[in-house]
Amino acid sequence: MSNTSSVLDMPEQAFAGLETRDAHAWFGKHHALAGVSLRFPAKSVTGLIGPSGCGKSTYLRLLNRMHEFIPNSAMAGEVLLHGDDIYGESVDPAAIRLKVGMVFQKPNPFPAMTIRENVISGLKLAHIKIDNEQDLVEKCLSRAGLWKEVKDRLDASGGSLSGGQQQRLCIARSLAVEPEVLLMDEPCSALDPGSTLRIEETIKELAEKITVVIVTHNMQQASRVSDYCAFFLSDGGPGVLVEADQTRKMFTNPTDTRTADYVQGKFG
Amino acid sequence: MNIVAPVKREMHVVHSRGDKVFRGIVTAGALTSLVILGLIGSFLFARGAQVFSQYGLKFITGTNWSSSLDEGIPSEFGMGPMLVGTIIVSAIALLFAVPMSIAGALYIEFYATGRLRKILSGLLDLAAAIPSLIFGLWGIQVFTNFGQNWAEFLANRLGWFPLFNTISDNYGRSPFVAGCVLASMVVPITTSVAREVYSRTPRELIDTCYALGGSKWGAIKTVVLPFGKSGVVGGAMLGLGRALGETVAVYLVLNLNFRYTFRILESEGGNVASLIATRFGESSSEELTALVAAGFVLFLLTLTVNMIASAIVTRTTRK
Repeated sequence: MSNTSSVLDMPEQAFAGLETRDAHAWFGKHHALAGVSLRFPAKSVTGLIGPSGCGKSTYLRLLNRMHEFIPNSAMAGEVLLHGDDIYGESVDPAAIRLKVGMVFQKPNPFPAMTIRENVISGLKLAHIKIDNEQDLVEKCLSRAGLWKEVKDRLDASGGSLSGGQQQRLCIARSLAVEPEVLLMDEPCSALDPGSTLRIEETIKELAEKITVVIVTHNMQQASRVSDYCAFFLSDGGPGVLVEADQTRKMFTNPTDTRTADYVQGKFG
Repeated sequence: MNIVAPVKREMHVVHSRGDKVFRGIVTAGALTSLVILGLIGSFLFARGAQVFSQYGLKFITGTNWSSSLDEGIPSEFGMGPMLVGTIIVSAIALLFAVPMSIAGALYIEFYATGRLRKILSGLLDLAAAIPSLIFGLWGIQVFTNFGQNWAEFLANRLGWFPLFNTISDNYGRSPFVAGCVLASMVVPITTSVAREVYSRTPRELIDTCYALGGSKWGAIKTVVLPFGKSGVVGGAMLGLGRALGETVAVYLVLNLNFRYTFRILESEGGNVASLIATRFGESSSEELTALVAAGFVLFLLTLTVNMIASAIVTRTTRK
């Protein structure tokens, strides 16, 4: 097992406050992820890349305590948010998930709700009081790049939108609770190329205000959208972090030959 | 620009012989159930038609059911109180059964774990298969003993409300108790259906609720209950079908009484199915016809309720 987990170099003020130290994850007896230490830069997009089964999605789900919903799952090491272990005894996982939001692979607006209701659903779920609903809905939909398309039909069902619009609605829904970090698990893999580009633009805009961590299978997407990249790999054993650096460097001059092979499409 | 197309060619899908045979088999299957339903309906109607023409609306609304063997005294058949009794007893049953079923289904699907969950859902399916006679016997032998205490409690506290008003102090054989016994029969099947529907809630939607900082109850309220709504209505309809047509349990618990009563705690009442069961054995040919006509009315009632329910389901799910 390699232990080359690297840490992104950055000045302290550029640090988003989210980091993992020697993080491991298990599904039952299956050791899926080993020894990942990584610090995330603030107001930027970090792409998690690697072939299927390398543990990058598992790692993402460790960051907001979604991993624990899988029966018999376990973790080791630490995930720190502003220095506090989010797996600590007294930590309320719901409070963590409010700060570290998540967008899933398949667009999944709540089917029984309108567009407006979808946007504010997170606040209802977390029992957060809404001061000015109209402003909030407009702000979130605008940030997700969907406002202009849906402003005249906020009371239509979320399911009436196209796939790409639905995914942007899901992004707006995640933004409504004002997370510091937004985790995205292959958010474009179910979308057509046009919708994918729109989402990528949205992601770049979001990174002006918040920290985005995105899992992607798509090398071109990683190079287009991310500022930093972390490359995960499994050699049959648990997935490990091979290398993490600025995306430009990862794609042009990576330190590890495996990274070079992967970004050039020699395997995966 | 003018586009000149060649001559249009008709297109049709070509089915293999196997496809045609299979199509025939499934069509026959679908038609059979329709035909059987139609045959039952027309049999009941044909046999009962004489009664409808003789008594008219009075058959539905009348409150006297007396079969006379004496030529001089005419028989009279009015099933009104039984029809109302059917609705009241079934409504009481659903009122108890549906919330219990929803709660039970949610518990098994989202709170019980491992062995307990397997055992519970196994028991549930077993309970759904218990014949109603057993429930009836349990109802009259066991449940009436404490059911009447509940009824008495209600009568003492809420007696000012017409529904809970009583004249006598006999609570045991009341529509309330009968409804509770029916509820216990309805719960297993409704819970079973509800659990099945809840278990199909997309995992991603539930995860999304958690990812938005929601609690388990939040996820259930936001995603699971709306998702399962139409299925639960369907399950409740299956249960209601059982309650509307329930014979033995009501027959054992209730005293048939041909008086309109809305006092659900009073020891009187009845329903159509138990009327038929009670009178069938000793009926004259004239009364037998009336009972068949009563069966037809029950048939229509069940059909109507089911149609209304499926209309509600389509309407609520389309939105």
